[in-house]
Amino acid sequence: MIIGTPKELFEGENRVAMTPASALELQKLGHTCVIETKAGAAAGFSDKDYKDAGVEVVKTAAALWKAADIVAKVRVPDDGEMKRLSADQTLISFFSPVADEAKMKSAARKGATVVAMEMIPRISRAQKMDALSSMANIAGYRAVIEAGNNFPRFFTGQITAAGKVPPAKVLVVGAGVAGLAAIGTSTSLGAITYAFDVRPEVAEQVESMGAEFVFLDFEEEQADGASSGGYASVSSPEFAAAQLAKFREIAPDMDIVITTALIPNREAPELWTADMVASMKPGSVIVDLAAEKGGNCKLTVKDEKIVTDNGVTIIGYTDFPSRMAAQSSTLYATNIRHLMTDLTPEKDGVVNHDMEDDVIRGATVAFGKEVTFPPPPPKIQAIAAQPKAAVVELTPEEKRAAETAAFKAQTKQQVTLLCIGAAVILLAGLWAPASFMQHFIVFVLSIFIGFQVIWGVAHSLHTPLMAVTNAISSIIILGALMQIGSGSFLVVLLAGIAVFMTGINIFGGFLVTRRMLAMFQKS
Amino acid sequence: MEFGFTTAAYVVAAVLFILSLGGLSGQESAKRAVWYGIVGMALAVAATLVGPGSGFWLLSLLLIAGGGAIGYQLATKVQMTQMPELVAAMHSLVGLAAVFVGFIAHFEMGRVAGLVAEGADLKELGTFAALIAKKTTVELNILRVELFLGVFIGAITFTGSIIAYGKLAGKVDSAATKLPGGHMLNIAAAAVSAVTLILYFNSGGFFPLFLMTLAALFIGYHLIMGIGGADMPVVVSMLNSYSGWAAAAIGFSLGNDLLIVVGALVGSSGAILSYIMCKAMNRSFVSVILGGFGGPAGEQMAVEGEQIAIDVDGVATALEEADSIIIIPGYGMAVAQAQQNVAELTRRLRAKGKNVRFAIHPVAGRLPGHMNVLLAEAKVPYDIVMEMDEINDDFPETDVAIVIGSNDIVNPAAQDDPNSPIAGMPVLECWKAKQVFVSKRGQGTGYSGIENPLFFKENTRMFYGDAKASLDALLGKIS
Repeated sequence: MIIGTPKELFEGENRVAMTPASALELQKLGHTCVIETKAGAAAGFSDKDYKDAGVEVVKTAAALWKAADIVAKVRVPDDGEMKRLSADQTLISFFSPVADEAKMKSAARKGATVVAMEMIPRISRAQKMDALSSMANIAGYRAVIEAGNNFPRFFTGQITAAGKVPPAKVLVVGAGVAGLAAIGTSTSLGAITYAFDVRPEVAEQVESMGAEFVFLDFEEEQADGASSGGYASVSSPEFAAAQLAKFREIAPDMDIVITTALIPNREAPELWTADMVASMKPGSVIVDLAAEKGGNCKLTVKDEKIVTDNGVTIIGYTDFPSRMAAQSSTLYATNIRHLMTDLTPEKDGVVNHDMEDDVIRGATVAFGKEVTFPPPPPKIQAIAAQPKAAVVELTPEEKRAAETAAFKAQTKQQVTLLCIGAAVILLAGLWAPASFMQHFIVFVLSIFIGFQVIWGVAHSLHTPLMAVTNAISSIIILGALMQIGSGSFLVVLLAGIAVFMTGINIFGGFLVTRRMLAMFQKS
Repeated sequence: MEFGFTTAAYVVAAVLFILSLGGLSGQESAKRAVWYGIVGMALAVAATLVGPGSGFWLLSLLLIAGGGAIGYQLATKVQMTQMPELVAAMHSLVGLAAVFVGFIAHFEMGRVAGLVAEGADLKELGTFAALIAKKTTVELNILRVELFLGVFIGAITFTGSIIAYGKLAGKVDSAATKLPGGHMLNIAAAAVSAVTLILYFNSGGFFPLFLMTLAALFIGYHLIMGIGGADMPVVVSMLNSYSGWAAAAIGFSLGNDLLIVVGALVGSSGAILSYIMCKAMNRSFVSVILGGFGGPAGEQMAVEGEQIAIDVDGVATALEEADSIIIIPGYGMAVAQAQQNVAELTRRLRAKGKNVRFAIHPVAGRLPGHMNVLLAEAKVPYDIVMEMDEINDDFPETDVAIVIGSNDIVNPAAQDDPNSPIAGMPVLECWKAKQVFVSKRGQGTGYSGIENPLFFKENTRMFYGDAKASLDALLGKIS
């Protein structure tokens, strides 16, 4: 199959969906690669680089769309590109199926197949193709860099001969992929980093990145992110109020705020209100990664950097990945390449668009003249599936009831055993002579003592216990000693052998026990 | 003929024995406890020699000294890995002694009966004979039952221990083998014993006793032959228990309370050990004794995936990077004599500030507590050697778990596969650690023949080779 990548038409878009490195890998799968001239120029890949990697360079977009069986690109195709999309062609691209429903329907009508990169399900197997994550990672990093660019102080605290510099305080709202990347970058620059997320289960991830999780005093548990594919869901009004109150409390202390809170297919929630911005120090920076969806801060202007009256810079850029086009193109192209690997399982250049496969099915929005969006829920449970332990806390009453029941059962068992034991002994007493019963009492009491004592023996000393019991079971020597003096030669012989053997046992048993015990040492 | 002094000495000895067993509750008090046992034994023997056994005291002392010399040799020369064999062999001696003492009691009974019938002077009789002479008919009958039981248990202990010794020492094939007829043979032998008991009870002749002895010897042999190597912890502790009950039965027939006390102590000790071992394998005592693993109840889960091998460099790197390490030793470590290398590895890793601990399954090895003794011999401090219950919850926070020569005790099938023959057996959950290395000789299944899904897990790497050689190579990479 021929895989083609056109030049991105969206203004300011520097990324490209195919790099020379990914083209080499694609060719290993049996595919042929074509690229529009200068498609990679903005990302730092020249036509010569592509030619060296065995990619055919075509002059015009029209020629490319004609040549390619599969078109891989970054941005949602514009109307002109949609016209070029032909039947039996496969388009792999970001393709917001909700916002661009009309385009999706027209593609389906034509009979083209469309794979939307943002629809790749968030399951472990599909992480290698998850372009949202790879782009979010870059956005998170770049957000901190942009903030630093506009922040007039150091990130890290320093004590220098010229005076003391306090460290910057950074708050990251939303600990998704972008948020975690921002946390990592910010902490490694030396800032004191705080992070907040509506999903309490990510607190551990936040802390692992070196930031401090901002906890709310709030009762209601947010729904586990695992049930919604690892994304946050809408929170209740009470929760949102508690969250805003917490932000309002810490806003004056924060030097840099990076908001990344997005809820799939919705307007971005307002988390950083105008009064919070007003309470911040002059020179502070807000980077709103949700600007594209309206922004977590209402003052944010999409694609622009503004400075408020009190000197707070608000950055609303939406093209962070594009600002690092070389890096993001490499990652995106690799995501595409992994997707192609799954699409060509035989590595023979023949695409097998398997609609039974969870990942491929989930990402495909148009296939065989049908709109295949939204996909059915994936068969495999999502990434951060942390099934909350279903341990039911017993109430104190239930606990007490259970304890009482257990106690009663135990009492019953013990009483039954005692009754049976007593009955057996009484029966024996009726029949057996007194001299036997005397010994029998000793016997029973000894067993009793034995059981009490042996339960206390440490597990690690079981071998010494066996050796020492072996030694003392040689007490049978007493029997032999008592007998050796009485009777015939045969008796003397047998008793003699018995004494000899038990002699071995007594010495051997005790000595070996001592040897073993001497070895046990404390560190 | 009263021996007040002897009885007093026996009381003291009995107390000392109880203290001796009770002292084993901790490593430090255990060192004192052995001395209680030694003093108790010395006191008991001395009191008997002075009192009722005074007749041949010189001969007795010589025999004890001779036996003691051999015992000393054995105890000082034995390798710690051979401890199970030694204990088994010693049990056989107690069993045989019990048989002899029972026989003597029988002969004496006959002789005394004859003398009483002749109306001869009973004052000239030896200590034991004099005791018999005073007994009534009912008491004599009870005496017969007692000595019959003593000989029966003693004989089973004797052959059973010899077979156990043979299996542990590798002189007898450790697989479970039965003669054709299986347990029917055992039942038949037990039936013969029951019939001979009735015969003996009525006639008092030597022949039924002798016949029973043969039957019991056979039961001991056949019963233990049918039990496989991995069940040896249960077998050895069971034989330990039997040797105690034999002593107690003999104590009854001789009317000696100290024998009864000690026999009961040893018997209950062995019984508890057997119970603990069975519980650790989630098997009933009966099923262990009846031998072998039963056939699986249903289709076992197929194991998917492959065993991925790793070389010594990979293990060394992972260990260098790990902060917490848990080592799970098993019988394979004992077979390869690798405990010194394990200890050296532990010392080096601990010197680097890593948290190294040992997880001991109750049935690891061939003897209760076998691994503890081996590690102690190699000078691994006992406070980093943990029981299963203490450490099982810590695996998820552990970076590396190293399995050295154990198999069934780390088999996840016990939890996951209800059809597995070991389903429900408590196991060490080492697969929850971030990474697991399994040191193993080859790809084969372990003793029980059960496939171990642990070896196929994604976070498991197989470190093939003899445990000692593998660890030697590893020590070369870790300074």
